[in-house]
Amino acid sequence: MNFGFSEEQELLRATARKFFENECTSTFVRDRMAEPAGVTDDFWTKLAEQGWLGLVYPEEYGGTGLGFVDLTVLMEEMGRASMPGPFFSTVLLGGLAVLEAGSAAQKKEWVAKVAAGQAKIALAWTEPNARWDAAGVTVTAREAGGAFTLSGTKLFVLDAHLADAIVVVARTRESARPEEGITMFLVPRNASGLDVKLLPTMDQTRKQCEVTCKDVRVPADAIVGSKDSGWAPLQRVIDRATVGLAAEMCGGAQRVLDMTTEYAKIRVAFGRPIGAYQGVKHRAADMLVEVENAKSLTYYAAWAVDENSPEAPLAVSMAKAYVSDAFRRIAGAGIQLHGGIGFTWEHDLHLYFKRAKNSEFTFGDATYHRERVAQLIQL
Amino acid sequence: MDLSLTSEQEALRAEVRAWLQANMPREWTRRVMASSDVPRPEAYDFLRTWQRQMYEAGWIGLTWPREYGGRGLSFVEELVVHQEIALAKAPPILNILGVGMAGPTIIAYGTDEQKRRYVSKILSCEEIWCQGYSEPNSGSDLASLQTRAVKDGEYWVINGQKVWTSLAHVADFMMLLARTDPNAPKHKGITYFLLDMRLPGVTVKPLRQLTGDAEFNEVFLDNVRVHGSQVLGGVDNGWAVGLTTLMYERLALGFGLQVRLRITLDGLVELARKMEKNGRALTHDPVMRQKLAQLWIDTEALKYTGARGITKLLRGQMPGPEASAGKMIWVDTHQRIQELAMEIEGPYAQLTPGSDWAVDGGMWQYTFLRSRANSIEGGTTEIQKNIIGERVLGLPKD
Ligand SMILES: Cc1cc2nc3c(=O)[nH]c(=O)nc-3n(C[C@H](O)[C@H](O)[C@H](O)COP(=O)(O)OP(=O)(O)OC[C@H]3O[C@@H](n4cnc5c(N)ncnc54)[C@H](O)[C@@H]3O)c2cc1C
Repeated sequence: MNFGFSEEQELLRATARKFFENECTSTFVRDRMAEPAGVTDDFWTKLAEQGWLGLVYPEEYGGTGLGFVDLTVLMEEMGRASMPGPFFSTVLLGGLAVLEAGSAAQKKEWVAKVAAGQAKIALAWTEPNARWDAAGVTVTAREAGGAFTLSGTKLFVLDAHLADAIVVVARTRESARPEEGITMFLVPRNASGLDVKLLPTMDQTRKQCEVTCKDVRVPADAIVGSKDSGWAPLQRVIDRATVGLAAEMCGGAQRVLDMTTEYAKIRVAFGRPIGAYQGVKHRAADMLVEVENAKSLTYYAAWAVDENSPEAPLAVSMAKAYVSDAFRRIAGAGIQLHGGIGFTWEHDLHLYFKRAKNSEFTFGDATYHRERVAQLIQL
Repeated sequence: MDLSLTSEQEALRAEVRAWLQANMPREWTRRVMASSDVPRPEAYDFLRTWQRQMYEAGWIGLTWPREYGGRGLSFVEELVVHQEIALAKAPPILNILGVGMAGPTIIAYGTDEQKRRYVSKILSCEEIWCQGYSEPNSGSDLASLQTRAVKDGEYWVINGQKVWTSLAHVADFMMLLARTDPNAPKHKGITYFLLDMRLPGVTVKPLRQLTGDAEFNEVFLDNVRVHGSQVLGGVDNGWAVGLTTLMYERLALGFGLQVRLRITLDGLVELARKMEKNGRALTHDPVMRQKLAQLWIDTEALKYTGARGITKLLRGQMPGPEASAGKMIWVDTHQRIQELAMEIEGPYAQLTPGSDWAVDGGMWQYTFLRSRANSIEGGTTEIQKNIIGERVLGLPKD
């Protein structure tokens, strides 16, 4: 039994930390927040050169063939840097969906391009009903003459405005069981009738869009996977992406704890560093306990996903439930323990506070995942 | 990262499981509370025999050196055995303070003579140990302890009082901290003694706890003459030795109790299945489902945080202040489980053993009350937070 990282993984962590300290400074992040793209070509190319865009993709599609435990290390560091841009949406949502369910031709065309930084793919799943279950998928795809016509609105779609193509999750058949009759389509971003609108969001480091389909016609070979049975592969993609998201959240939470302890050592009030006061010290200790637990559950989920363990969905939901609450609380406590400076735009704390809020609602908040845990343990 | 076990470890699991199945005392579950981690007074004789049986079968002291009655295995084997013990709802170990603390500390600091004399009898439960740290005027601030030991030839003469001393009324030996140099700074002049409880001048008076049981005691030390060979780890070095004990205590908590926590949680889920509110089982109540799922998640988190700690140990690092985090998580989760049991029982939570109306014979009432001590014994939660703040995060002392 060994529940720690290998030397190679520790090396990846050190490399990534150094890379982001140089390439993803606070100034860089803030510049990206202020503009719609949220990423620069230069930065994206560098991520590709590091081999990180294809880290979890097989070598035959231009990837490195590593696993989710490795990815966890990388994404903790991305979270630490509050890295902007479409890494999560392209690599772990759109790209992973094609890899998971796509035809050989689709994979050949798209996955290698994503790994090389030459294409971006978004995933349009959630809708204005803000549900994460199968019944939430109401965008329709009607079949006629060997082609499909998509209609409806997708909401909270990450980085659709940057994408070359969008995997749209649609309903091809009404069924008593909502999990049946769901199909994924790979739709070019410039397809006629497809409209992408950037949404103003609290967390400006992660862009979100509304995607409207007005009679968007796509051929049958745009289907990713098979018709009517897209829910299961989608869930697998979401579960694995959620591991990455949880890892990124852990990295953010750890960074907030680090900033807070450093500050508590140097900020003096009533003649002593504030960290000497138990009101501060004990809250910091609580933060540490939550960070450690958050990591433990996330690492376990990453391991379970890599092992294809039957417990993987449970592990993922345990992690996401815990990390959602933990990151939000830790980021809030970080601001509190900094006092006034923590409430400024200038200080980086709010980037994490806002990212925590965004991440909390990405693919299920704690309440949703706790109920999923309840179901999976047969309560 | 690899959570799987080797085939030898799997074989060990099968072996201990089969042994427990064949040897688990059937009357145990009926006689004493199955989910209680605490040896209760009426079961002491029975538990003594049980520990002896466990030892003879090789299920205690797995990580201890072979020459002192252990098996020289790693913490993974230890964990496997603990898991099986918990799954079988087997009785607790009576000599828990000896096995969890005195033994490892003697192995770490003892002379060959001390190791030969004491260690294997701890495992076999031939000699029960208690921990004489706390005093009426020093608990959290342990280093302020006032029990005095004065040199008299080959002997030390000891005077003072200990309090909250669990198991002192059945113990053969005590891990005793006493002040040997009153002029040194408070952490410096303390010595760790191995005290024979039958020596003249040792008086034990049981104290009744809020559960009604008397597990802990006052111990009066009145001109007790202890031979110099009973010093562990050197004169005036007691603080370092004593801290080692505490680290092992928290580690032992992390091992033994995490697995028992899961068993308690399973019991809680069963309770929720059979208790009804407004005509439906509580497991169908959305709020209750949220609470149960959260406790499930927290219990699993402790398991994997523990696994990360074990990995550190296996890589040759000592148990460090991180053990404080494990203890805190365990305490918090266990207390919330017990609170939720009361919430699930609703008005029935008021009934204790003796009433036919009491749920599960009133066993949750005892475990609920007992759980209040968890955040006090073994160092209070406030003190654990100080340790984490200062020794893990490096914040200034208060
Ligand atoms: C069931 C049980 C069994 C026990 N068994 C044993 C045993 O076998 N052997 C043994 O030696 N002891 C034993 N103890 C004693 C236990 O270790 C002490 O009770 C504990 O260390 C607290 O000390 P105290 O009771 O003197 O409380 P105090 O130290 O007086 O603490 C009172 C309150 O003040 C808080 N406090 C104290 N100092 C600080 C600080 N610096 N910062 C913030 N808060 C602070 C504490 O957290 C607590 O809430 C046992 C206790 C219990 C309840």
